[in-house]
Amino acid sequence: MVTIMKHEESAATKVRVPLDEEESQAVETLAAPSAEAPAQSDETVGDPFVERAKMSARHVDVFYGEKQAIFDVSLDLGEHEVLALIGPSGCGKSTFLRCLNRMNDIIPECRVEGDLRLDGEDIRTRGMDPVLLRARVGMVFQKPNPFPKSIYDNVAYGPRLHGLAANRSELDEIVATSLKRAGLWGEVKDRLHEAGTGLSGGQQQRLCIARTIAVSPEVILMDEPASALDPIATAVIEELIEELRQNYTIAIVTHSMQQAARVSQRTAYFHLGKLIEVGETDRVFTNPRHPLTENYITGRIG
Amino acid sequence: MVSNMTPTESVKKGLARRYRKERRFRALGLLAVWLGFTFLVILLADITIKALPAFHQTWIKLDVYFDPEVLGFEPGRPIREEALLHADFRGVVRRSLYAMFPQVRKHRDKRKLGALVSSAAQYQVRDLLRAHPDWLGKTVPVWVRADDDVDTYLQSASLQGVAQDHRRLRDNQVAWLRELEKQGRIERRFNWLFFRSADSREPEQAGILGAVVGSFYTLLVTIALAFPLGLAGAVYLEEYAPRSRWVDLIEININNLAAVPSIVFGLLGLAVFINFFGASRSSPLVGGMVLALMTLPTIVIAARAAMKAVPPSIREAALGLGASHTQMVFQHVVPLAMPGILTGTIIGMAQALGETAPLLMVGMVAFIVDIPHSFTDSATVLPVQIYLWADSPERAFVARTSAAILVLLGFLVLMNGAAILLRKRFERKW
Ligand SMILES: Nc1ncnc2c1ncn2[C@@H]1O[C@H](COP(=O)(O)OP(=O)(O)O)[C@@H](O)[C@H]1O
Ligand SMILES: [Mg+2]
Repeated sequence: MVTIMKHEESAATKVRVPLDEEESQAVETLAAPSAEAPAQSDETVGDPFVERAKMSARHVDVFYGEKQAIFDVSLDLGEHEVLALIGPSGCGKSTFLRCLNRMNDIIPECRVEGDLRLDGEDIRTRGMDPVLLRARVGMVFQKPNPFPKSIYDNVAYGPRLHGLAANRSELDEIVATSLKRAGLWGEVKDRLHEAGTGLSGGQQQRLCIARTIAVSPEVILMDEPASALDPIATAVIEELIEELRQNYTIAIVTHSMQQAARVSQRTAYFHLGKLIEVGETDRVFTNPRHPLTENYITGRIG
Repeated sequence: MVSNMTPTESVKKGLARRYRKERRFRALGLLAVWLGFTFLVILLADITIKALPAFHQTWIKLDVYFDPEVLGFEPGRPIREEALLHADFRGVVRRSLYAMFPQVRKHRDKRKLGALVSSAAQYQVRDLLRAHPDWLGKTVPVWVRADDDVDTYLQSASLQGVAQDHRRLRDNQVAWLRELEKQGRIERRFNWLFFRSADSREPEQAGILGAVVGSFYTLLVTIALAFPLGLAGAVYLEEYAPRSRWVDLIEININNLAAVPSIVFGLLGLAVFINFFGASRSSPLVGGMVLALMTLPTIVIAARAAMKAVPPSIREAALGLGASHTQMVFQHVVPLAMPGILTGTIIGMAQALGETAPLLMVGMVAFIVDIPHSFTDSATVLPVQIYLWADSPERAFVARTSAAILVLLGFLVLMNGAAILLRKRFERKW
């Protein structure tokens, strides 16, 4: 409990999410979007690029059949940083995230255009096997989706798949460290061979995170990983993300602005498939430059 | 109208009607269930009662005199097998009966007397002499099977009440039977032969084993063909086939195939397997292939439904960890779909077990007295055996028909039980 309280506090001090002034600001900027709309360019506000990019997207368009879901998005994912993707639902956050490990490939009618790179390497050429890519760019999904197997087998699945362990004891070691890093070890170490689906929602999600990091990916993509969890489980996962940042590059989709503020260094705001604004998380939340961003952050779009 | 009522009032007003509707529906449902259940019980009881006589067999004790003269054997000489096969054991059996009833003189009456025992008695007596050559010239008490008419008469109280014109056993035959009974020469025993022999023209010698073995071989062929083919087809269509007009066409056809009358599959089997490929008629191999064709769509449809039911989140989880499409399919989708696939397969097999029409087309309706020993032997199957017996005029075959139905139902229950067990064993939740 204590750690959670501390967490909430630090988040509150780090970012000043306007709560009290909400009303007064609302009056002030109510007419702003419509007044500025015609003049508004498609240019992303802020700086979508970083110096040491782990992954980079340039002019990415995504179509579901005829319908375009992502419009000309360019964005970098800096090394060892947590990038938060926020925006109203249906704005294309998940779609963009899934471009980064080519999960969109499995949707037949989905078409991706543009340039996507991992360490400067094009991930959409023939030479890049999607299987290898997904081993390097792991993913945690919105709904916890452990396999209906034992906890151990869940975590061991990836290492077994990629032959990461030479023998049983090495595999045991990988499973143990992954569960430890996911903060689940203490709760499950005595029942590793029980079904993973028998855990609580928050535990299942941490199991899925453990499963993802067991493959030692370089990048972890998280699509609203805490949306189905209670506040305590959410806090545990947020702490975990903070810790994982030391070794991994993380992109996280979230609909909770507090969460984005707490865990991320940079924030990207999407609206109707367009990347509206990117910047340091502190800056975006305290001083949004685009009226759409401001409206969203102050709670007028949701 | 509604405006001057509060919502609570209007809801209350509708409530009574809603309850009435609910009660009516429940009563209807219950009635339907009970009706179905009652009919099932009546049917089962009727079959069981009719089948009971088939499980019992009357035996008659004869004092058989192995007469060297009648048999044409010289005492003290070894008996050649050849001579054994041609010797008049029928005469030996008859004579032992005549000896018990010396008052029977007329030729016609003697024939009636001889008809009391099964025609199989002579073979039983022959086998005894083969086993004990020293019995030649001696008199030995031997229990032999009674004829099916005797069985039918003794087991049916209603027959015993009617005049002799309405039954097969004459009055003098009944009198001899009563005499034998008085001497303790009549016994009722459990009819093991029914479970140990194949079909016969004589009801008391007819058994179900030939058909059971035939069904077993046939179903073995069916499952060996239909399960792997059906599974492979389902996996391909569900997981690999590109979405195209061709695949849609194949899908529609598979669904239609499941509704094709089974006799059509029999015609197809006749034309393709027998006339074109020259496979042997009446064999479990051909029957099994025909039934496999018939079962295939069932398995494909069940397997595809089971694979569709595997949640997409599991697929995403596997792919997200770097599993290839094929790894995802065979490590996750197929194992998770297995309970459904197995259930579908067993239901398909149960269907095949009860199928008659297509097998008639490929000649499995033949009268076969040998238990089949291979996939290419001539054989019959349980439902065809039922059909054959139901068609026979002898009254004792009525009981055998019912008994065969019970056996078939027993196997069906076993198979469904297996389906439930498998489903329980493989069941996973997510
Ligand atoms: N599989 C799909 N097929 C068709 N349209 C889709 C599919 N997935 C998402 N979309 C559409 O793409 C848009 C973006 O969706 P998504 O990326 O899921 O939004 P978000 O995650 O921000 O809520 C939405 O308009 C949605 O309807
Ligand atoms: Mg989403």
